Parts: sequence; C-alpha cells; structure tokens
Amino acid sequence: MAFISSGYNPDKPMENRITDIGPRHFDEFLPPVIKKNKGKWAYHEILEPGILLHVADSGDKVYTVRVGAARLMSISHIREICDIADKYCGGHLRFTTRNNVEFMVGTEDEAKALKKELNGRKFAGGSHKFPVGGTGAGVTNIVHTQGWVHCHTPATDASGTVKATMDAVFEEFTNMRLPAPVRIAMACCLNMCGAVHCSDIAILGIHRKPPMIDHEHLDNMCEVPLAVAACPTGAIRPTKTDFQGKQVATVAVKQERCMFCGNCYTMCPSMPLADKEGDGIAIMVGGKISNRITRPAFSKVVVPFIPNEPPRWPSMTKVIKKILDAYSKDARKYERLGDWANRIGWERFFEKCDLEFSHHLIDDFRDPAYYTWRQTTQFKF
Amino acid sequence: MAKHKTPLLDQLESGPWPSFVSDIKQECENRAKNAKGVDYQIPADCPDDLLGVLEMSYVDGETHWKHGGIVGVFGYGGGVIGRYCDQPEMFPGVAHFHTVRVNQPSGLYYTTEFLRQLCDLWELRGSGLTNMHGSTGDIVLLGTTTPQLEEIFYELTHKLNNDLGGSGSNLRTPSCCLGQSRCEFACIDTQQLCFDLTNTYQDELHRPAFPYKFKFKVDGCPNGCVAAIARSDFSIIGTWRDEIRIDQKAVAAYVGGEIKPNAGAHAGRDWGKFDIQKEVVDRCPSGCMRYEGGKLEINNKECVRCMHCINTMPRALKIGNDRGASILCGAKAPILDGPQMSSLLIPFIKVEEPYDEIKEVIENIWDWWMEEGKNRERLGETMKRLSFQKLLEVTNQKADARHVREPRHNPYIFWKEEEVTGGWQRDIADYRKKHQK
Repeated sequence: MAFISSGYNPDKPMENRITDIGPRHFDEFLPPVIKKNKGKWAYHEILEPGILLHVADSGDKVYTVRVGAARLMSISHIREICDIADKYCGGHLRFTTRNNVEFMVGTEDEAKALKKELNGRKFAGGSHKFPVGGTGAGVTNIVHTQGWVHCHTPATDASGTVKATMDAVFEEFTNMRLPAPVRIAMACCLNMCGAVHCSDIAILGIHRKPPMIDHEHLDNMCEVPLAVAACPTGAIRPTKTDFQGKQVATVAVKQERCMFCGNCYTMCPSMPLADKEGDGIAIMVGGKISNRITRPAFSKVVVPFIPNEPPRWPSMTKVIKKILDAYSKDARKYERLGDWANRIGWERFFEKCDLEFSHHLIDDFRDPAYYTWRQTTQFKF
Repeated sequence: MAKHKTPLLDQLESGPWPSFVSDIKQECENRAKNAKGVDYQIPADCPDDLLGVLEMSYVDGETHWKHGGIVGVFGYGGGVIGRYCDQPEMFPGVAHFHTVRVNQPSGLYYTTEFLRQLCDLWELRGSGLTNMHGSTGDIVLLGTTTPQLEEIFYELTHKLNNDLGGSGSNLRTPSCCLGQSRCEFACIDTQQLCFDLTNTYQDELHRPAFPYKFKFKVDGCPNGCVAAIARSDFSIIGTWRDEIRIDQKAVAAYVGGEIKPNAGAHAGRDWGKFDIQKEVVDRCPSGCMRYEGGKLEINNKECVRCMHCINTMPRALKIGNDRGASILCGAKAPILDGPQMSSLLIPFIKVEEPYDEIKEVIENIWDWWMEEGKNRERLGETMKRLSFQKLLEVTNQKADARHVREPRHNPYIFWKEEEVTGGWQRDIADYRKKHQK
C-alpha cells in the first residue's frame, strides 16, 4: 500500500483549505418532476404496500417505490442502489428518515415492474436486498443506533436486534393491516441516540451492574470532578485508596444509588459497566411523535429486562410479537398503540399482552414519578 | 474464504429482512477481489475484522470498542468520532475505526453521481461501510484510520463540495423532513430553512462552544416525520392559522366510497365502509367538525390542527393558506434528567427568507444557555432548572395561555419586587407601632 495524497499538505494545513461550506444544496439532487412541482403537490395515495403516488396541481404524477434497508450499508450495496436508480429513475433516489430507500418513476407500470424486480433481488445468504413496503398502517423500518458494531457504551447490539425484530414482524412491513402505523425504534443504551423515548414500540439496551473502578488508571485517564459531577444521583464521591502499596486518587460509588445510566463511564473510561449477565433489553411502548388526534407521548417501560440472547434474541422478539398481535386484534382503526393502551387501561394492556407487571415498572425517578401513579378510584378489576 | 469464523453472525443471514451480515460479507469479498485494482489506504480486510470483533461481542455479550479518542481535522472540533478496538492484535484491520459524519443534503435526495463519488472516496480511504443515515441525519462513514482523516476532509471539500457534520458539544447537523418537495401537507419549505440554518451557523456546527449538544429539526407539519418535537432542542414545526380548505365534492366522493380514505393507508384489512361521522367528525380532538346534509363544516377557530381529518381525506381537505411555524424548545432523550418533549415557545412565526425573526430567537436562546447552562446540560434541562418564565424573558416573548397545558398547581409564585405595589422595603418599627411583639 502506497500512501496516496489527496492534495492535502500536512506541512501547510491551511494551504487551499476549504472549510465551513456546509452540505450541497438539495436542489442539485432533486429529480426534475420533484423540482418542477415543489410546493405544488395536490394529494397522494398509497396504491399498494410500498408504492406511493403523488399528484401535483399541474397534473404531473410521480410514483415512488419504497424499500427497506439495513442502515449499516456497504458501498457495494449503495452502488447497486445507484445502478437501479440509473436504470429506472434517471439517476435520482432518496432515503427516508427511517432508513428506507425510495425510487421514483413516472408511471404505474414502471413502479409495478420495479417492485417486482426489487423484491426479486436477494443477498447470497437468502435475505431480501430491497423488500418493498413500509407504507401506511403497518410497521416501517426501525430507527436505531450502533450497538456492538461501533459504540463504547452499548448494553446490547443494534443491527442484530433490529434484524431479528424485522424478520419477526416482516409481514407487517409488507402489509397495511394494522389499526395505525407502528413505529419501532432501537437504542443500545440509555443515552438513546436512537431517540426511542417516543416510539410505539421501543427496544432499549440497559445495564444492571454498577461501574467497576479501575483504581490503577483512573487518576490518569479521568478528571475526578467530572466523573463525580456526571452522576445524576450523586452516587460518586472522590476518595483515595491503596493500590499496590501506593496511595492513588480515585472515586467511590455508592452502589445502591446507581441507576445504571452509564453517564460516569462516558466521562471516565476507568468506570466500565458493561457485563454479559448484567446487560440486556427493556421494552417500552406507547410513545408517538405525531400530533394526530392525541398529543405526542413518551414510551413507557412495560418489560424491565430481557437477557441478551444473540444472535436472534428470541425472548425479545416473542414479546414484541405478542404486543403487536394483541394491539392488532384489539385496537380501533386509527388508534395508535399508546392510545389503545390508554383507552383500555394499562391494567388491561398487561392482561391482553400477557405481560407480567412488576415493581420495576412503577416510576420512582424524581418528580415526574408521582404523576404516573394512580390518583383515582377509577380502575378495572 | 472468510478471515474469521462467525457462526453466530451467520445465523443473521437467513430470514427475509436485509441482512447486514450478508452485506458486510459482500464487501469483504469485493475488497478481497479488488477488481478495480484499488490501492486501499486502510487495511483491505477491515470489514472482515469488523465481523470478527462483532462475533466476539456476540459471544461475550460485551462491546469491544474503547472509549472515544480525540481525533479530528484541523480547525474543527467535531465531525469525526474517534474509535479504537480493545483487541487490536486480533483485529488489526479495525484497530483504528473512526467515524466520519458527512452533512447530508436536506430531504435526503441524491444523485447517483454524488453517491458514487462518495463510495469511491470511502472505498479508497475507508472501510467501505456506512450508515445511511445516522440517527441525527448525517451520512455516516464508518471506520477509517487517523492518517486518512485530513485526506478524506480534503477530498470531501475539494471534490465533493461537501462539509462534515456535527458532533460533541456543538450544533449538531440540522435535519428536516422532505417538506414541500413531495408532500402536500408541508406548510413551510423545510429544506430551504434547514439548509439556511446549517450554513448560517457553520461556526457553531464545527467549533464546540456550547454547554452540550444542540439540535435543530424542521418538520413541515404537525405529523412530525422528522420527530422535531421529541428529538431537537429547537423544534420548528410547520402550521397554519387560517382555514382548512374544503372541497365538498371530494368529501362526497370519500363518503360515496369513490376515493379510498386515508390515502389507502388502511387498505390491507376490511374495516368496513368509510364512515365520515365515526372516523373523522367523532375523532376530531377539539370537536370542531360537523357533517350534516352532505356537507362538512369545520369551526376553524376551535381547530387544533392535529392533521387527522386532512390525513384521512387528503383530496378533500387541505392545509390553510396563512402558513408559518410553531417553535418549541427543549426536547431530549432521557440522559440525565429523564426524557423531555419540546415545549411551545412561539405559537406562530412566519417562515420567510432570510429567516431573521427565527434566527433572533435562536441567538437569544444561545446567549442565555451559553451563559447559564451547566457543563453537559441540554437546553431542556436549563429550562427546567431556571424556569420557562426565564426562557420567555430572554426571548422577549409575552406569556400566553398557549404556553401551558394547564396553569400551575401551586401558588408559589416568584413575584418580583417591581410587580408588588410599594416594593419590598418596609420598616419594622412602623410595623411594631401597629402590632405588639
């Protein structure tokens, strides 16, 4: 391997340097029919799962074929997407905010032919490369985080749990038979880079063991005051300890106060908390972002812990399937998962989903906790 | 032949959903074959080693990535996430595995020409693996080595005419829904606003000067496809303040079954004949609709713009013409003080270039938050700590009943001295003249 210079001169880093130019202007990337009719779209229709029609005031039509994708994507795969877009879409395509890919064509026949072709393309291992779907009242693609592929704080993997879940609910991706859209999200620790806090169903990696303390290196690797300040419950204090006959500056953790957020580890690498037995998954449900009918809502924890079971997390997918099936059977048209649970009551939700309610599910974190307790005699037997 | 045995990951190749394992394996093969004779600038077997280290995590149940690492490009304090493997001897191809965040185009439209250029760059100087896209919206180029960072940045800016995104305690890459480009519900040009804000605040995006991260997200309507209300410190959500436009003929067509309700979104199940009373009028959260004598009436003054009727009958009902945005502040995920949704600050603001009015609000908030915010405190937490009233004060907004879901439950009002007749200075001697000890 010979080093290939881009033109950058390390001795003169400011020479010809271009900075602060921002992204390319989106106009450069819009397909002609989109550019022409921007701001003048009249209506849309989902013709069949995965195929959308948008009609402009001008009468122009654009047909969109939506396909699922793993957001961890190789350049080989992106090049294949480009080949398809070059062949059918004049060299244009777009991604959705939920990691789907959209191919836009001019006629319904082209869209249907493209759907067939896309559904026919498979990876060597047998899975779809471009499953068409993700529209309307169904399950669309999962927004998620990095997990064991790239992150330093995860309590589980992201790509694997997502693949296992989407395999389990695949029929709902290619159909539109649920009462309302179901948005599933995945975050591999409490930082929630995947923002699962407002999803119909959320898969969340959690830790359950307090951090270990690497006394040997802590003082060199961390700023003790930052580690102390990082703890939301004040469980960490500075201290000194004997390490191999030498006094070292370090921290002490009041373990019973730990809420396993991992914020100390983010600030101080000498306080790792990942652990095979301690880590696993919590399931949250009933969040939403849309203002449709009801207000946006937070997800609620309904299963406090499921052990990590790589590679396919069968206990986790079983729980998700159970919740989805109960919702599908019982909810009214247009009712989001959380609205359904609110209507029937959460005591019924646990019954209908065949989930156990335990003390872990009662909020005890600061003021908002009180507002989740029941201050009424209205409840169901 | 695979470099590492991955029996656990191999089980993720079956099943219908696209397998990231199969995709990584495809990249391994293509790099091994190297049909184009690329002089790879980082180890060619980098994706193989990624599978290897991931398999190890699947066995161990623990991650093998070390905590951070301060790497980046000259003059920027964000855009690159340093990452090192904690088993570099076993997996030298991913010993360094830094991520490069590339600022995505608003609305996520691409030409294949641009994507192919990006692929070529990442084939030569990176792992060949990406995220399309990261949670905040960036194009994420996953895995390269330190010596490549400046080279990648140089090519990105010189050849692709594109900049890095944000990371760390700075403005994160703003993002938006596709807006008016292909959606009839969009009340504002989300793409242009997002692009403009991104470029106006390049300094804040690249050079961390904030207490913590700060996110802008722009949604075109209250449906919220980019999750602004849940995921951004400064949420801009398109809305209107006049009347929903009604096409009574199209209403009749929905009632008569000539047009599929909800744009066909429920077509996969037999929900029975469309019932406008039950499915639209009775579902209206503010009860502002009436259907009588074949005519739909909306009392627009009472409408809360939830979008349900418009979503259900998009050919009959259209957003109003007097359009702008609501601005809400303070959303974040749970770390540390629990999850927060954005709270309404400005019920309606016009969204017109050069967006000076919006920028004034942003800059007032930043001035306050940079002064008062604690280290690693998100705006929403500063608001909770110092009060919503303070946010109103620094943004020069007058309190409005729309700011609350309901008035306060306690009478512990922090009166200010100037609000109380006669002020607070009193003489105890005068008091004692009237009141014995």
